[in-house]
Amino acid sequence: MTKMIDFQTNPSKYRHWKVQYDGPIANLYMDVDENCGLFDGYQLKLNSYDLGVDIELSDIVQRMRFEHPEVKVVVMRSAKEKVFCAGANIRMLGGATHAHKVNFCKFTNETRNTFEAAEEDSGQKYIAAVKGSCAGGGYELALACNYIMLTDDSSSSVALPEVPLLAVLPGTGGLTRVTDKRKVRRDRADVFCAMEEGVRGKRAAEWKLVDEVVPNSKFDATVAERAAEFAAASQRLDGLKGIALTPLKREITDNAVTYSTVEIELDRAGRKATITINGPDAGAPADMDTFTTEGAEAWMLRAARELDDAILHLRLNEMELGLWVIRTQGDPETVLAHEKLLLDNQDHWLANEVLQLWKRVLKRVDVTSRSLVALVEHGSCFAGVLAELLFAVDRSYMMEDEFEGDNRPMATLTLANSNFGQYPMGNDLTRLQTRFWGDEASVEAAQEHIGEALEAEEADELGLVTYILDDIDWEDEIRIFMEERASFSPDAMTGMEANLRFAGPETMETRIFGRLTAWQNWIFQRPNAVGAEGALQRYGTGVRGDFNMERV
Amino acid sequence: MLDLINVSYDTQIPNNVGLSSDKKVLKALEKWHPGYIDWWNQLIPNRYQQSEVYLRTAVSVDPKGWAKFDYVKMPEYRWGVLLAPQVEGRTIPCGEHAGEPAWQDVPGEYRNLMKRLIVIQGDTEPASVEQQKALALTAPSLYDMRNLFQVNVEEGRHLWAMVYLLHKYFGRDGREEADDLLRRQSGSEEAPRMLGAFNEETPDWLSFFMFTYFTDRDGKMQLESLAQSGFDPLSRTCRFMLTEEAHHMFVGETGVGRTIQRTCEVMKENGIEDPFDVDRIRGLGVIDLPLIQKKLNLHYTLSLDLFGQEVSTNAANAFNAGIKGRYQENRLTDDHQLQNDTYKVWDIVDGKIVQHDVPALTAINMRLRDDYTKDAAGGVGRWNKIIEKMGIDFELKLPHEAFHRKIGVFADKLIDPDGKFISGAEYDKGMVEWLPSHADGDYIQSLMKPEYEPGKYARWIAPPKVGIDNKPGDFEYVKLAMA
Repeated sequence: MTKMIDFQTNPSKYRHWKVQYDGPIANLYMDVDENCGLFDGYQLKLNSYDLGVDIELSDIVQRMRFEHPEVKVVVMRSAKEKVFCAGANIRMLGGATHAHKVNFCKFTNETRNTFEAAEEDSGQKYIAAVKGSCAGGGYELALACNYIMLTDDSSSSVALPEVPLLAVLPGTGGLTRVTDKRKVRRDRADVFCAMEEGVRGKRAAEWKLVDEVVPNSKFDATVAERAAEFAAASQRLDGLKGIALTPLKREITDNAVTYSTVEIELDRAGRKATITINGPDAGAPADMDTFTTEGAEAWMLRAARELDDAILHLRLNEMELGLWVIRTQGDPETVLAHEKLLLDNQDHWLANEVLQLWKRVLKRVDVTSRSLVALVEHGSCFAGVLAELLFAVDRSYMMEDEFEGDNRPMATLTLANSNFGQYPMGNDLTRLQTRFWGDEASVEAAQEHIGEALEAEEADELGLVTYILDDIDWEDEIRIFMEERASFSPDAMTGMEANLRFAGPETMETRIFGRLTAWQNWIFQRPNAVGAEGALQRYGTGVRGDFNMERV
Repeated sequence: MLDLINVSYDTQIPNNVGLSSDKKVLKALEKWHPGYIDWWNQLIPNRYQQSEVYLRTAVSVDPKGWAKFDYVKMPEYRWGVLLAPQVEGRTIPCGEHAGEPAWQDVPGEYRNLMKRLIVIQGDTEPASVEQQKALALTAPSLYDMRNLFQVNVEEGRHLWAMVYLLHKYFGRDGREEADDLLRRQSGSEEAPRMLGAFNEETPDWLSFFMFTYFTDRDGKMQLESLAQSGFDPLSRTCRFMLTEEAHHMFVGETGVGRTIQRTCEVMKENGIEDPFDVDRIRGLGVIDLPLIQKKLNLHYTLSLDLFGQEVSTNAANAFNAGIKGRYQENRLTDDHQLQNDTYKVWDIVDGKIVQHDVPALTAINMRLRDDYTKDAAGGVGRWNKIIEKMGIDFELKLPHEAFHRKIGVFADKLIDPDGKFISGAEYDKGMVEWLPSHADGDYIQSLMKPEYEPGKYARWIAPPKVGIDNKPGDFEYVKLAMA
């Protein structure tokens, strides 16, 4: 699996999904082309999916919000008879490297979270209209929808058969959403997750596995009715007109990936990638009309999309670059002005969408399994939304005082109101609250400095950066830190960072990315699943997994 | 009529499973039974329910007991629970447990897999009765009507057999599944039967004969493989069901044979040599041989689809678990585990139909299908003998298994009955010759006029050579109730 995985796609390239737009309702059909898997060696039978299928879904969900703001309800269904979705393709999983499995699950989790949150964030509600078998990752797709309808034809069912069938977990939120979101009683959840054939008909509703069970002959009509009701109840404005998400400008060479505002420099020997975000080179659009006309070209949107793609590209295609160095260059005031237009117009649909996109991109940073360091250099623009990156990374270093021969503006960081609630993390706290967990006074102290261009000493005093370094120390300290960091075991780093980044209480989201994912990734390493005689490897051969029965 | 409040299960339900002392099953059956009777009563038109039908009833499994003939009204038929006698020291015939003593109880680890297989098998039994419910109205003779009802009551008994297993061995889940077997209905919009082929109505008698020959033969092969199960009660049940299933094959084979016989006779009587002189042959009220070939093509290919994907994980799991064997597993001489063997399956590579080796475990379906094809070819040979004997130059043939498929590697591919890839235009043109058209259906339908007089037969079909239970030609197989 060495070919480059591209996360950029568009409707003309879809192989696996079809969308019909019908005013405020969009019908989203899963119709996986079994011969168009991302890699060789498996067929995507029975609407099973691989990363390629999910990249399309992610694109659809994104475009739904930007290109089709008129949509209030999305009905997810299958275009195939007798099967809604059979989940992640087992042969693909069986043949994939551990790293690919983990990355695949992370991306699919992020996509599930995105359409799940679409109702709260944007008033786009997802309905799963389930006909046929809906198993494993298929049910996890449905679980992430806001409303699940199941036909009562005495054979359609919902199921999480991973444990009995494959000796792995329903790892795309399945176990967590059953208890935390659907509030299925835990002993019933235990029964449900240990049975291969799942639950159908009235019991599925009784156990809260679905919201509604509908007689088969009335299914399509009831789904249409429900969609119309939800659309009518939606607070979203009517008849909004979307903007086009035009293709990103991106150039990929051996040692660099260059977008219009984001640049990545790849240092394979040093096992690091340096991501530089360039601030806007012109003032903010005068108003939301202007912003809307600029559309995908507007800096706030363009930078978010580019950074998002950069993160995904590095995660999947540059797995040995274990350290990401995040830099910015530009004018902090201009960044703040661009962000302010959106913050001041949050009731404008597009302003809201762009801010929500930033929220998601920043969450992607939070759950990225790389050591993250930010360098606040002279000429940088860590202000408002970009300052948020400083609180997402594991460590930050800031230049103090003037550096010889460096005539760029003095390094500063500037907080905005947005750093105090606009972009919550998965744990529902701000990054500053998480940073200062148990120390609300420090958050309040920082809050008093909103809008000030804080230089190194002040930033240090407020606890907003890890180290401030002057001209004498900067280069050596940074070099030593990076060399040391790149030498540590990547596994230990991933584990340590993922633990330290999420202080405070658990939410469903942190439980999915933490508890569920961690256990799943452990199981993905164990011989009982992936060994030559493990259940995942043997799936499809007819021979059962041969388990080591020792409990660990 | 059964007294539903005071059913004496031991006297009214023939069984060899100690029903009257099995509290668990009795309790479950008491609940299920009224639903079954209800299902039956609503199914077949009332006139026939009230008629006295000369039926065979199995009252025990010994040679004397399994075929008691007498007149009975169908709702009073004694559906029994009968298992073939237990074989002392029987072992699991295949898979990773091969050689271990056969299971007398369901092993927990295979419960779901086993339950699913029983439910799928069980679902087809009532389905075919539902598909055939209107046929009595156009029966070509009382003899044929009786055969139809015999098939129907036995499919009903097969449902009983599967329900007994569900009640006896699968607890609460089993009871729910048994209820759902009555809830699903063939062709229902609300809750259709599980397999597509069992949701199509059987529209006429030629279709019925083709169905019992080709589709019931799939059922036979499935029963054959379940008869090889390491789960002994399932094996014993299926072994006994096979004795009844043989009669269904007989109805199908002789039904098609008698149709052919009649067509050839009428052709000869009228000096028609060319079997393709369709208009003249149809003008004489019989079914032309090319149309019989088309029906054969249709039913054979639909039945092939019932075997599922050529390469199948479920089939592999079931075999390896010892739940389902191969056809006549006990007579095969390999290691019965197949972990290192291969089997040839069809595939399409670069637009060509090829065979290649795959792990034998995953090709269990393909192998059963191959056995089916061999089995199905036998009757076709005998039909050709009839044609040959009558001196007509025509040969019926099983089409290539790549033709007209909806499941497996050949699904929806443009392939002709000889197994050649052809263009879309050729396919459209050919289909008129290869499969029955709506006009063909209309023609067959026009022949479907009932013949209710004892000893008389509709014009398009010849009488049987021998009566059921050696009864004479004018025997009144069904004493029809007044309409």
